[in-house]
Amino acid sequence: MAGTAVRRRLTWAIAEVVDRTEETPRVRSLTFDVPEWPGHRPGQHLDVRLTAQDGYQAGRQYSISTPAEGTRLTITVERLDDGEVSPYLTDALEVGDRIELRGPIGGYFVWEPDRGGPLQLIAGGSGIAPLMAMLRERLRARSDVPVRMLLSWRSSEDVIYADELNAIARDATGVEITHTFTRSAPDGWTGRTGRLDREALAALAWTPSERPLAYVCGPTGLVEAVASALVELGHDPARVLTERFGPTGG
Amino acid sequence: MSFISRGFQRRQAPAASSDRVPPGQYVTRDFPVLSAGPTPRIRLDEWRLEIIGEVDQPRSWSWQEFTALPAEEVTLDIHCVTKWSKLNTAWTGVPLDALLNGLETSAGFVVAHSYGGYTANLPLDDVTGGKAWVAYRYDGEPLEPEHGGPARLLVPHLYFWKSAKWLRALELRADDAPGFWEGYGYHNYGDPWREQRYAGD
Repeated sequence: MAGTAVRRRLTWAIAEVVDRTEETPRVRSLTFDVPEWPGHRPGQHLDVRLTAQDGYQAGRQYSISTPAEGTRLTITVERLDDGEVSPYLTDALEVGDRIELRGPIGGYFVWEPDRGGPLQLIAGGSGIAPLMAMLRERLRARSDVPVRMLLSWRSSEDVIYADELNAIARDATGVEITHTFTRSAPDGWTGRTGRLDREALAALAWTPSERPLAYVCGPTGLVEAVASALVELGHDPARVLTERFGPTGG
Repeated sequence: MSFISRGFQRRQAPAASSDRVPPGQYVTRDFPVLSAGPTPRIRLDEWRLEIIGEVDQPRSWSWQEFTALPAEEVTLDIHCVTKWSKLNTAWTGVPLDALLNGLETSAGFVVAHSYGGYTANLPLDDVTGGKAWVAYRYDGEPLEPEHGGPARLLVPHLYFWKSAKWLRALELRADDAPGFWEGYGYHNYGDPWREQRYAGD
């Protein structure tokens, strides 16, 4: 488990909003241009810092949802109504505005094509963000690593990247995407509902004998349950990587 | 001078105990869980805590032996590098001073080893002198596996990733060696009051 990341001082950079996309009523994707960005690996995150006129500062961490692409990167932010940073990012920030960020941060919850597979991506809600960076990198690099992605949503209105996921599921070879809904499924839904429990994972995920590399991201309850169930099913704990993407974070 | 974010304002009232909240942190009432992999489940009859490395005589305790040691009840604040702080957390644990008492060592550093493979490095001076515990109860209850049970290191004056969960061994070393997150660019020491989040901070 030893780290190999190069130690490099992280400095704050100015990032300009070049695009904002309404993913769901509560979720925005914000694309920034960051001239000083040193690049990142799929799965890494960054620190955002906001400074008020009176000097007050607040910061949070967000996963990057795009692979490295020059000076551009995208974060996907869910608005937490009692939060301080997320409502500003989702509602107040407009194209042309600038904020400060620094990164990339983290080097463990990272997937690149040379890490191989098969790749098992499992997310709850906005926990999909770092996994989307991995999936997009798999497609961008034209890797043939087989991918299964399991996504747990409360309802169909909560699905992030819906159009892109539908297009990938339709067009990409070797990528299977399965949605499940815990509260309300779309009309006419014939797929799965309920939580990603052991039985669902046994039915939908790669089997332990296929030795997948699994990345699990979402709220703590989902991550704990899914990671434990994978181990109980016989998956190697060293090949189950987790990241929390919880409602704490504001 | 930092760049001003147009229209951004403080929304959260400063905490009443703001002198207890390090720079860049916000107070949470939850107890967030952070870990890099599945939560290890360690049976108490298989659990051991060891002191290894640069010591005259390695030490080792079974769960029964460990929990029979004199424990302290402490209430203190914890600070996570992901920016949450949690005030007045109540723990029961054995002070490291007691575990290391009488031990002869030339070591200057300690690496905490966890079940599951996690590691964290600290100067030995930061875990002695009443500054660190091996905690096994939280809020009067056995420590939950997701929070590091059966027992975790508790070093509240440093960012909480130093307080290794699922503690298995304390390795005393003459030289420093980066732990898990330290190897991925997190700060080698991690003082929340100096905001030492990442290497170079």
